[in-house]
Amino acid sequence: MSIVLKIKRSFSSLFKLFRRKNKLRIGIYGPPNAGKTTLANRILLDWVGDVMGSVSEVPHETRRAKLREGVKIEANGKTITIDIVDTPGLATKIDFHEFLRYGLSEEEAKRRAKEATEGVIEAIKWLDDLDGVILVMDSTEDPFTQVNITIVGNIEARKLPLIIVANKIDLPNASPARIKSAFPQHTVVPISALKGLNMDTFYRVLAEKFG
Amino acid sequence: MEVKLNLISKERLEKMSTMEKLRMILDEVKSGKIVVLESGLTPEEEAKLIEMTMLEIDHENFVGIEVESYPQKTSSLFGKLLGKKGGRLMVIGPANRLKTLEKREDIIEALIRG
Ligand SMILES: Nc1nc2c(ncn2[C@@H]2O[C@H](COP(=O)(O)OP(=O)(O)OP(=O)(O)O)[C@@H](O)[C@H]2O)c(=O)[nH]1
Ligand SMILES: [Mg+2]
Repeated sequence: MSIVLKIKRSFSSLFKLFRRKNKLRIGIYGPPNAGKTTLANRILLDWVGDVMGSVSEVPHETRRAKLREGVKIEANGKTITIDIVDTPGLATKIDFHEFLRYGLSEEEAKRRAKEATEGVIEAIKWLDDLDGVILVMDSTEDPFTQVNITIVGNIEARKLPLIIVANKIDLPNASPARIKSAFPQHTVVPISALKGLNMDTFYRVLAEKFG
Repeated sequence: MEVKLNLISKERLEKMSTMEKLRMILDEVKSGKIVVLESGLTPEEEAKLIEMTMLEIDHENFVGIEVESYPQKTSSLFGKLLGKKGGRLMVIGPANRLKTLEKREDIIEALIRG
């Protein structure tokens, strides 16, 4: 390795260390439709009083990552300030036909699919610029999917602190226990981002993990 | 219709660089084959494979991949000392051919369409 490269590297790691101290950048990840934006909106509503982005039952509603800086959260008698990144849902396949079922025209569906592929790439790229991850799963669905396994594997490889959110516990067929048993080595917090259930516990865990 | 299956040995995979592996997987999968890797990809390689897949989806013939694998075992100190890496058994196919039926900690059920 050249000296210049070496110096550049040590500077950038110094910079990372510096940033880590002052700013905590937390990414919200998960498959499409898990409720990532609903959770981001809930957090902003609770602590800032506005919203992050639009929510929809149509998958891949978020197709560009959105960053919100300096969100102050109080829990356990301390205040943490975090930057929140709401990311596009991760997938290994995107078929525009799926969007036709929600009443989109073929043209709209194709455009949505194209933007969704770009969104997935953007979400993956963001992984290198984070200090922690909130992984959102839909508790009514099977947690053992490839997307979840890949996200957890990447977070572990990067040694980032992780909170798994078992979302949608307001639904009758929700099973947060299934998520806990699928990822026993990680912290799982059951919530309903939509109804605001168990958010106190979520904020307490957030302050513990990332504070 | 027939479905071709490619089984790639650990020895073969160990000789390949990440890009060689990912290119080979995508080329085979895009031509409709199912690829079985004796020793799978690392999480970083998996993420890279998803990125490359997204770039190559054409919304006509290729709509993406389906991947079947097990979570990484928490590597033992011994394994780390030996510098062992690389994942476990992994199956990758075109999303319109390979479909996961059920995935559990120790068993995966999948369907291959001809
Ligand atoms: N019942 C219930 N529905 C929820 C909950 N959270 C989100 N939803 C619904 O799930 C759907 C998807 O929510 P989003 O917040 O858009 O999901 P997302 O993970 O941001 O999805 P993408 O941006 O497409 O990746 C919407 O219809 C939400 O209203 C919840 O806690 N309970
Ligand atoms: Mg969203």
